[in-house]
Amino acid sequence: MSVFATDSVSRDTRRAALRSGLGHAKHARMRRCLWNALMYALLIGLSVIFLFPILWAVVGSVRPLKEVYEFPSLFVDDPQWSNYSKAMNKLPFFRFILNTVVICVASVTGQVLSAAMAGYAFARLKWRGRDVWFIVLLATMMLPLQVLLIPRYIEFKYLGWINTYKPLIVPEWLGGAVFFIFLFRQFFKGVPRGMEEAARIDGASEWQIFWSVFLPNAKPVLMTVGVLSFIGQWKEFMRPLIYLSDFESFPISLGLQMYNTLEGSWINQLLAASVVALSPLVLLFVIAQRFLVKGLLLTGDKG
Amino acid sequence: MSIVARNNSHWRKRMSRFGLTGYLFASPWLVGFFLLVAFPMAASLLLSFTEWNGISLSQIRWVGLENYTNALRLDERGDDLVYTALWNTLVYSFVSVPLGLMVALMLAVLLNQSLRGIALFRTVFYMPHVIGGIATIMMWLFVFNPDVGLLNIVIRPFYDALAAVGVLREGASPPAWIYDSAWSKPSLILMAVWGVGGAMLIFLAGLQNVPDQLYEAADIDGAGLWGKFRNVTLPQLTPTIFFNLVMGVIGSFQVFNEAYIMTGGGPDNSTLFFVLYLYRQAFEQFNLGYASALAWILFVIILAFTLVILRSSKVWVYYEGDPA
Repeated sequence: MSVFATDSVSRDTRRAALRSGLGHAKHARMRRCLWNALMYALLIGLSVIFLFPILWAVVGSVRPLKEVYEFPSLFVDDPQWSNYSKAMNKLPFFRFILNTVVICVASVTGQVLSAAMAGYAFARLKWRGRDVWFIVLLATMMLPLQVLLIPRYIEFKYLGWINTYKPLIVPEWLGGAVFFIFLFRQFFKGVPRGMEEAARIDGASEWQIFWSVFLPNAKPVLMTVGVLSFIGQWKEFMRPLIYLSDFESFPISLGLQMYNTLEGSWINQLLAASVVALSPLVLLFVIAQRFLVKGLLLTGDKG
Repeated sequence: MSIVARNNSHWRKRMSRFGLTGYLFASPWLVGFFLLVAFPMAASLLLSFTEWNGISLSQIRWVGLENYTNALRLDERGDDLVYTALWNTLVYSFVSVPLGLMVALMLAVLLNQSLRGIALFRTVFYMPHVIGGIATIMMWLFVFNPDVGLLNIVIRPFYDALAAVGVLREGASPPAWIYDSAWSKPSLILMAVWGVGGAMLIFLAGLQNVPDQLYEAADIDGAGLWGKFRNVTLPQLTPTIFFNLVMGVIGSFQVFNEAYIMTGGGPDNSTLFFVLYLYRQAFEQFNLGYASALAWILFVIILAFTLVILRSSKVWVYYEGDPA
């Protein structure tokens, strides 16, 4: 279970018990307390370091511009919440957010569905060549996407998809990120055989078994894949950069880059926009993190 | 009637042996594989032997190996920037991946204890990896700002103190981070280490799979903390280290956003990474043939590193049931 703390302590406790005498047991308990205090100090210290870039940005976003440049410090006397409304009005911020939501919802739906189907096929169905295809699948997981960047661009250009959301959405309906297929496959493989027997005896089709027996039971993976692909799509920068050139259709990642290039002397508003762009992800992550860690740990390794 | 029925059942049997249902379930991915992976790869390979600006198909010109030789030749007709980009990428990868793995492992071991509230700490360290993106890049821009950024605000008093006692020369200023060609790569590596939560979570999963008996056995042998880590935890984790190493190397070779947004490849091309250069050749200069050749060079390099790691894994990765 615990690698360091309790093991070392239990060893000490045991040794102390062997030597007999309550004094030693007390000593061991004190050592344990001290160890825990040390661990908490370490964890809190590291957390502060990890969170500081974000906290620093929040502080910077409510600072008057003059103060940003003239009195850089860790504290704000007079928070300027108006920086936020000014930033939102400088560029069509909510338009960017709306575009992002549209892209995310459309692509995540496809990603979850197509990955679950393929994962199911690899885990529970027998078909000729399945094992070979599985190796192909694993190989594409390691394929650097940059090799596909140019040919896919040309392909989409000839399909007339440039300046539409199709290059961002359609690939997710066709399997999308292979890692997610792998996650589903690992999960479905672990489901006991008896699960679908009753339904099969009742004459349910394979699709019905998949849809009404397996999917409802796959909540941790559905959540994990849904949330991770949503966040991934929200952050996506390179693909929109290549495929979209119409400012009105930009997602928030490109929008923020516009703030950055317009930046000039209003760094505080750039930070305000970044904080707002980040907040849905933080919120989503905090809500879903219990599922997320469980979903990934359940299916984590062991092929 | 009966013949039809028999034929029908015969057909069904054949189909089920072939596994049509399986193919149907896998079909979205299979279609995607052909249309979005296999065909583009073949097209890209062909394209890498041509010269093309992407405007009209009639302007494609076959140039054979010229793109590759131009990219790789070392004389004055070669492309210096290819080697600059390669060097930058290798430095970035060879420092950020091992450093990131060490930090990730350290954090995972720290987080694998049964302490009250440990889940909260897991969230804190995992979050940067998940949410990291353009918004956090903007935040880091502000952290790295030489005049008003967080890093230098923290560091400046130490510089002033050292200058006061004469260790540093008068008026020495802290590094300009991403605006200084000596510090730009370390800055981006620092950012990469900040986002190490993904590898950390996988290590955590690996740690939880280490059987308790091994630690108990080590206890009986009187092993200390370090002994247990060295002789139980590390060997048991080697498959996880291997996975993280491969994924880390592949990922680090693809670094793009940070360089594109924060430094634009500068200063003095010190953060011109391979993918950024590829992007510029393809989508700013429209040398699609040349850029495709660059993509294949990148692919071969990544493949070579992956194979080397794979080969070496036989020596250092411990698998359950291995005779060794």
